[in-house]
Amino acid sequence: MSKLPLIIKREYLAKVRNKSFVIMTFLSPILMVGMVVLIAYLTKLNDNEKRIISVLNESNYFKADFITDESTAYVNFENISLDAAKDSTANLGYSGLLHIPGDGDLEMIAERSYFYSKKAANTSVISTIENIFQEQLRQQKLKKMGVSSHDFAQIADRFEIRTSTFAGEENLKGINELKAAVGGAFGYLIMMFIIIYGGFVMRSVIEEKTSRIIEVIISSVKPFQLMLGKIIGTSLAGITQFAIWIVSASLLSLVAFAVFGIDPDTLNQGAEMTSVMGGNMEGSVPSPSRAMEYVQEIWRLPWLMLIIFFLVYFILGYLIYSSIYAAIGAAVDNETDTQQFIFPIILPLMLAIYVGFFSVFNNPHGPIAVGFSLFPLTSPIVMLMRLPGGIGEGGVPIWQLLTSIALLIATFIGIVWLAAKIYRIGILMYGKKPSYKELFKWLRY
Amino acid sequence: MLKFYEKEFAYCTLYTFSVYGHYLLQTLLHIFEKIACMNNILVTKDVTKRFGEHTALKKVSIEIPKNSIYGLLGPNGAGKTTLIRIINQITFPDEGEVFFDGQPLQSHHIAMIGYLPEERGLYKSMKVGEQALYLAQLKGLSKSEAKQRLKYWFDRLDIGDWWNKKIQELSKGMAQKIQFIVTVLHEPKLLIFDEPFSGFDPINANIIKDEILQLKEKGASIIFSTHRMESVEELCDHIALIHQSEKILDGKLSEIKKAYKSNIFEVGLEVEKGETLLKDLQEKFQITSSAYDPIEKQLDFKLQLPSSDSSGVLAYLSGKANINQFIETIPSANEIFIRTVQTKDAYE
Repeated sequence: MSKLPLIIKREYLAKVRNKSFVIMTFLSPILMVGMVVLIAYLTKLNDNEKRIISVLNESNYFKADFITDESTAYVNFENISLDAAKDSTANLGYSGLLHIPGDGDLEMIAERSYFYSKKAANTSVISTIENIFQEQLRQQKLKKMGVSSHDFAQIADRFEIRTSTFAGEENLKGINELKAAVGGAFGYLIMMFIIIYGGFVMRSVIEEKTSRIIEVIISSVKPFQLMLGKIIGTSLAGITQFAIWIVSASLLSLVAFAVFGIDPDTLNQGAEMTSVMGGNMEGSVPSPSRAMEYVQEIWRLPWLMLIIFFLVYFILGYLIYSSIYAAIGAAVDNETDTQQFIFPIILPLMLAIYVGFFSVFNNPHGPIAVGFSLFPLTSPIVMLMRLPGGIGEGGVPIWQLLTSIALLIATFIGIVWLAAKIYRIGILMYGKKPSYKELFKWLRY
Repeated sequence: MLKFYEKEFAYCTLYTFSVYGHYLLQTLLHIFEKIACMNNILVTKDVTKRFGEHTALKKVSIEIPKNSIYGLLGPNGAGKTTLIRIINQITFPDEGEVFFDGQPLQSHHIAMIGYLPEERGLYKSMKVGEQALYLAQLKGLSKSEAKQRLKYWFDRLDIGDWWNKKIQELSKGMAQKIQFIVTVLHEPKLLIFDEPFSGFDPINANIIKDEILQLKEKGASIIFSTHRMESVEELCDHIALIHQSEKILDGKLSEIKKAYKSNIFEVGLEVEKGETLLKDLQEKFQITSSAYDPIEKQLDFKLQLPSSDSSGVLAYLSGKANINQFIETIPSANEIFIRTVQTKDAYE
């Protein structure tokens, strides 16, 4: 019969024409891009203000160390007293005054140097100045020890152990986390999709119940057809929404960045800045060539395989969860009664995400990761986090993948069957507040 | 020789009959059954349905003749809706069989049944026309066919300008009209109306009643489930009474009424000496609620006879007085309903 397409079409159109859906679809990207642009713009605005710092240097050191750059300009005061320097700094509206006293050796001078400012000092200015002092002090000490700065540069080489699989495939350090993050993005997408559109399916079932159209419809089609049509129609609407979001968000951000003249790197710089504050400046920022290596590594991921398995896990996982949502919608009379049933659904999803982030990122093939990637209610998310590591040697063993998919399919059939049963009974039950006991009874009707 | 053959032949025939007679009889019965089914649009046989420990229907057998209006009566919770849902294949019987037009009920029969449930409604935010088209297509009509018929019905019920309105903008009665159209649009052989007049004002209820009668005239068979006994009286040819999951009464309404007659006659006489006649009569017959008006010389009473044969009484009375009125009281469907249910309850 050609009734299923009819139902899918109606559910799709009903969803897509819904006012709040339309508003959400077109407003969300604007809000999202707007947010990012705003943050970028404000960051830029914040940094745009060029700081001028006056330096009263009475020593013989640091003559050539304070060099004006993009964000900070240094003005040298000479032959005036400290008080006069403070006054003129304040009068000229400069950000601060750095006083380096004249007597003693470098260490003593550094000890007695002060930075004066009107308000509490800006941390990035302080850290810049501190770095300059540190560098000078280090040079000084090296000189004392008889090591030339050239020699020092020679020994300062960083070391990083190179890792490789037994098969001889070279790994980049941290690439596991990176790969898991790619899989995590897929998993997160699945979770969001299930929660948003599963909820839509549920609400749509409740609407049919409260408007009492349900009996009219199921005298024409089988309840299972209606449930399936509803799930597919709603997910197609969801895919449409996601597609619109992705396309319009990328277009909008391109336009926005062009209009506001924000270099997308501004945001990256912000990220780098935080890591600088974190203290391990040298460690975390990969050199350009290293970054290229990472990009290449990501590019080398088995994308085709990933997308195929993403679709498999997405479709099965979504069908499992949304049929549970449909059954819940059928069991209750209004949305307020759904809470007690929704929590047990969200729980495995949340668990999958957190286990994924904390356990799979560290060890993609550890026992926890394996267990959760086999368990059907969490496998769509956790397995996708493991898969970027590849299949077979060095990656997910084939038996695990097959077992996981087999379990998922078995669960899918079982859950859809159970949900359809609850759905079939529930849609015709009015005025009863269902308990788990009641639902269990329905299964045996 | 010939004799021998005749004997042989006779043996053979006997043998054949004794062995195959059983099968023959069964086949014949089957054919009769088929013929009986052919005259009935819908037959249920010992249909039983349980929900957990609760039995919603207990061995219910009904036969719904073609081209008739069949009243399905019973108190709330008797099992009417369950039976109707089984006919619509919304639920399925645990035991028993259902035949539609002589065939075992199958999913393709859905297109030949129109169902107006008691709990009914429409998608609130969908437009009237679109919604009617969708529901008609679910019943198997093509889009163009559905459009054409909808136009006819919308004109007929004078609601042509509602096509682009949303259901939530319509009143309850207006929505009911749409619902009625959607039920009958695919010209089903069997129509099932569960409380069709609820939600209609008297004028529109009348319009719908006339439409139902028209549909019957055009050849449809109709199952009509209601509590409103006056509409049963007006519309139904046959009835079945379901009480506590069991069918306790069914048949032609006129025959049931005949069976439920209690041989009570309402008599009105014009007579000079009413009191003496009344005394006289009271000795001979069972008289109740008698009244005599000496000014009008009018004597009214109710007469209980042992049988429905009233010719003796009439002859006797016509000699004594002028007979103004002599009517056999026929029980209303309402009375039958209440009496049957009460006797059933008392019996248990």
